[in-house]
Amino acid sequence: MGSLYSAALRMTRNPSEAEDLVQETYLKAYRGYDSFKEGTNLKAWLYRILTNTFINAYRARRRHPEETELEDVEDFYLFHRLGGLEAAAAGRSAEDEVLESMTDEEVKRAIESLPEAFRMAVLLADVEGFSYKEIAEIMDVPIGTVMSRLHRGRRALQKALHDYGMARGLVAAES
Amino acid sequence: MGEHEQAEFDCREALHRIYHFLDGELTPVRRHEIEAHLDSCSPCLHMFGFEAELRRIVHDKCRDAVPDSLRRRIAESIDHEHAAAADEAADPHGGGGKVEEREGV
Repeated sequence: MGSLYSAALRMTRNPSEAEDLVQETYLKAYRGYDSFKEGTNLKAWLYRILTNTFINAYRARRRHPEETELEDVEDFYLFHRLGGLEAAAAGRSAEDEVLESMTDEEVKRAIESLPEAFRMAVLLADVEGFSYKEIAEIMDVPIGTVMSRLHRGRRALQKALHDYGMARGLVAAES
Repeated sequence: MGEHEQAEFDCREALHRIYHFLDGELTPVRRHEIEAHLDSCSPCLHMFGFEAELRRIVHDKCRDAVPDSLRRRIAESIDHEHAAAADEAADPHGGGGKVEEREGV
């Protein structure tokens, strides 16, 4: 139940909505268990219910539609922004320092800062470890869409983490 | 193609496939090509190591403790559902009314 609850928290960004979402997911899974095919992936099946329930119920409640696009982050690689090899050659690198000092709160906030479609793809791949094919089934989109959302979502995630590092003075501001 | 151009091409190719590699989504042949490149290219190996580590951090740091109250709530709602289904099975005609009553409680 832990990972389903965490995913619900990242999706809704609201603890009480996350609890309702998890409860509803379990109830739907209980009622619809007959439709689960033995031998297929139970975890993916549960996440599909979670995702559909979130999209249908919780998103519809919001008054303002969420932004669906990302600012231009296409080529944002945190590794390169941190100085990459030059820093590594100089001894203790900025990257190690930034990686080691990232807090749970920062990582969660960074994921939650992504627009929904990108947030879901990153969550399902990097936190839950689903394959591209499973994510395509859970989100009901083609595999190519999964790959492009993942790519851009990860770039935006790295940018957000970079910004937190910058705010804490770990990362030098762009000159 | 000179040796240097060859290396540059491999590095670009490696960067291009870095996530497919880390996500385990490459065919064995492609995977082997990237591994061979990483064996001989420390800058790329370094970058792959960073990405793999970042991914591990994202995976590990996104965990939240489930409140006991939520566990209880879910167990109760499933028990309730189970009892309603049992009533329905025992008394197909009166079952519907009972479910509605329960939901009003």
